[in-house]
Amino acid sequence: MKVLLVDDSKTMRNIQKGILTQLGYTDIEEACDGLDALSKVGAFQPDLLLVDWNMPNMDGLTFVKQFRAKGSKAPIIMVTTEAEKSRVVEAIKAGVNNYVVKPFTPDSLSQRIKETLDRTAAA
Amino acid sequence: MDSSYIIPFVNSVESVFETMLQLPVKVGEPVMKRSGDPAYDVSGIIGMSGDVEGSVVLSFPTTTAERVVSLFTGMELAHTHEDFPDAIGELINMITGGAKAKFTGKDVNISCPSVVVGSDHVVFGRKDVVCILIPCESDCGDFCVEISIRKQSGGAADAQASTDAATGQAS
Repeated sequence: MKVLLVDDSKTMRNIQKGILTQLGYTDIEEACDGLDALSKVGAFQPDLLLVDWNMPNMDGLTFVKQFRAKGSKAPIIMVTTEAEKSRVVEAIKAGVNNYVVKPFTPDSLSQRIKETLDRTAAA
Repeated sequence: MDSSYIIPFVNSVESVFETMLQLPVKVGEPVMKRSGDPAYDVSGIIGMSGDVEGSVVLSFPTTTAERVVSLFTGMELAHTHEDFPDAIGELINMITGGAKAKFTGKDVNISCPSVVVGSDHVVFGRKDVVCILIPCESDCGDFCVEISIRKQSGGAADAQASTDAATGQAS
């Protein structure tokens, strides 16, 4: 299981990495914005992506649209402070599979990751 | 300033510190910031634009900031460490993002955060917008959140009205 973390905050990437490691996922690549992520997805071929929304250079929503436009079907969890319903709908329409609002507990993020992977496996 | 803009920040500060740091925060009564108020050493600053515009600042004394960052990141980071500003920036990002979600019916965007580290600095907001200071107490020490925002209008009359409302004066 290869996981790509896309967040401009190294602190947040480290927190997410710790949670993923506890779940047994250690093949993790990091990107600091949407542009960085786009440059890495080709070689890394992630099986799961955790993507922030507000980032410099290219935001998460733009990244998701461009990633999906390439035909990539890997599940994406948006992990963001953007909690308004309209933003959630916008993200889902762009191709996001699940949504986690910051702040989150390790349990809530773990739950969403498991839920997302279970749904993908069942599809 | 409309009190409906303040309560979401109070709730968001409590939520972010409790959820991400397991650190309960006791929020004091919001007051108008005045020149001469104590200055802090570490500030995370974020801008808001759209239907509500202005800035929000999260400020700490150095020791408090280092304790808070230690809880948040799970490691000891001095204020001089290159990763220290990132943690402060993420805290103000979550606080502001959580608050703006409660601005019902308003389309608001937030900027990427900036962080200032330096003894006794003062962050000046726009002169035409009232700054409300929310004092906070925690086991890591005292800190504060400064909110300097208003409904987007561009009109001087609205700015004066918001100032008058905050100071209890009639226009």
